Amino acid sequence: MDTKTAPGRFGRYGGRYVPETLVPAHQELELAYAEAQKDPSFGEQVAQVLREFVGRETPLTPARRLTTLWGGAEVWLKREDLAHTGAHKINNTIGQVLLAKRMGKKRIIAETGAGQHGVATATACALFGLPCEVYMGALDVERQSLNVFRMKALGATVHAVESGSRTLKDAMNEAMRVWVAQIHDTHYVIGSAAGPHPYPTIVRDFQSVIGKEVRTQSLVAFGQLPDAIIACIGGGSNAIGILHPFIGDKNVRLVGVEAGGHGLDSGQHGASLTLGTEGVLHGSRSLVLQDEHGQIMEAHSISAGLDYPGVGPELAYLAKTGRVEVRTATDDEALKAFYEVCRNEGILPALESSHAFARAGELARELGKGKYLVINCSGRGDKDVATIAARGVPPAIRLEGA
Amino acid sequence: MSGAIADAFARARARGEGALVAYAMAGDPDLPRSVDVFAACVEGGADILEIGVAFSDPIADGPVIQGASERALKAGSTLRRVLDEVVPAVRERCPQTPLVVMTYVNVIMALGEERYAKLARERGVSGTILPDLPPEESIDIRQAFDREGLELIPLCAPTTSPKRAESIAKDARGFVYCVSVAGVTGMRSQLPADLSERLELVRRVSPVPVVAGFGISSAEQARVVGAHADGVVVGSAIVRAAQADGPSAARQVCADIKRGLKR
Ligand SMILES: Cc1ncc(COP(=O)(O)O)c(C=O)c1O
Repeated sequence: MDTKTAPGRFGRYGGRYVPETLVPAHQELELAYAEAQKDPSFGEQVAQVLREFVGRETPLTPARRLTTLWGGAEVWLKREDLAHTGAHKINNTIGQVLLAKRMGKKRIIAETGAGQHGVATATACALFGLPCEVYMGALDVERQSLNVFRMKALGATVHAVESGSRTLKDAMNEAMRVWVAQIHDTHYVIGSAAGPHPYPTIVRDFQSVIGKEVRTQSLVAFGQLPDAIIACIGGGSNAIGILHPFIGDKNVRLVGVEAGGHGLDSGQHGASLTLGTEGVLHGSRSLVLQDEHGQIMEAHSISAGLDYPGVGPELAYLAKTGRVEVRTATDDEALKAFYEVCRNEGILPALESSHAFARAGELARELGKGKYLVINCSGRGDKDVATIAARGVPPAIRLEGA
Repeated sequence: MSGAIADAFARARARGEGALVAYAMAGDPDLPRSVDVFAACVEGGADILEIGVAFSDPIADGPVIQGASERALKAGSTLRRVLDEVVPAVRERCPQTPLVVMTYVNVIMALGEERYAKLARERGVSGTILPDLPPEESIDIRQAFDREGLELIPLCAPTTSPKRAESIAKDARGFVYCVSVAGVTGMRSQLPADLSERLELVRRVSPVPVVAGFGISSAEQARVVGAHADGVVVGSAIVRAAQADGPSAARQVCADIKRGLKR
């Protein structure tokens, strides 16, 4: 495996596979971002908005009852569910919308799966006074009606995308198609650490605030870096955000959890790192779920935010080189974990985050007593209550809770 | 540059016409009937055929070709089957017409770029257009194609700077595909006012013919654009006509466009 990492390349992965019409816009974005990074006032502006508006830093909360229940490492939760709008997605949209303003863009478009990124983009647009158009798969519009309402209330226009599997990947196709036609005055806010260069880098940088906070918070809370960190992986933005600042810390185990859906042999899952093959989707070379003919397969997950057949190129690289350990959790395991966290910690985690919780118990036991485990609680579960209620309470949980 | 594509442009020029590159989707509505559509395009006067190979996530295409992709995938179209079943059948019915494959980079990667280049060449394909492969990412694929003598046809866009357009044109194989509008494929009632200037600029530096495509659907548009290019690409108008009324409608669209390309 090639380990040389060029800008926009993570080993073999990454790059910029886009129509020629979009190339100059990506070059412009790359340049504008590099300039913004050199300008201390931009960083300060982002930090100030994160502090005053988003409510950062988010807490690192001890999960005492889960620690007891699981009987292994001491468990701590990074509370991205307490960030304004209820998920980590806002860290990136604040940064990107401020960057778009700096570039003189007049309008914002975005794609969304669970709706959290759409809500976060609509929020940033409302805050900074830019019009916002959100593309969302028609199936996701149905299963995330609360977030559709929130986006509209915030002044965004929501377009239901009827093509393909009517989920996140199709919303992303549509947003790219629309962007090609509006390239001169529109910025496309990609919601995960995926897509063509420079998006994976930009999103990772804006999300790294999560991991940077964990570094200092863990030293204060338990006097050392965590022994392991676990996060769910859809496109990979919350995972790369919390994990990236620890890549050089060889003693910190980094674990990602993908959507196992109905099970890895069912063909219905979102486990692109575990079962994907190398391919090009949405402008970057990464691991994707595809058939032997190169057609992208429909992913499946109970959680709309993990229902994506691709993954960001940097995570693909980190997984292939073994720096990030990859596991999966099924829909049922995530549901069970959802109730376990609700009833033991008084927190309703997002279904996406519930995937991380579903594998965290084992990891805590593997690590053992005296070790420290941080779980990225990437978002809150309010948006998922209709989906969860429709499934009924799993039998094992019903007994304990009754 | 010699080869089937160059010859087809030269023949059209000798007749005092701009060349028509006709696009249709292999496998729409099914594999055999799409062969009829390609043959009908040539009967209507198409000089080069662009054989679309469906991809599940066609980010450069508008609704008409997107719809055709979905139908072709449902009908079981794959790159392998297009090379094995559609291309040889089209070759047999239109032995003089150069064939160019248009698809997305992932479809080629899945078969393997070297394997694809070899198979395509053996079956009689002259060139390939990959709308999501900008020059920066195309070096390896182009080398593999060059080794087989398969031409990787580059695209130029309205957003491409003159300097970049120049470097794209200088390196071009087959022809340069100038995208007429900043947008996805599909018919347009109006084409941008500065299109002719852009075409002339690319033409001045390009060693190979220059065509305009995206949005062109009428004889009048073909006439206006054809005055500044070596030819035009017509896709959505053919795909839509074929879907609505079958191969004869596709033939009619090509004949209309060809009328506009008479000089
Ligand atoms: C709460 C939450 N967590 C995780 C994800 C998955 O995305 P990513 O892997 O990019 O963090 C989403 C996506 O919508 C989300 O809303």
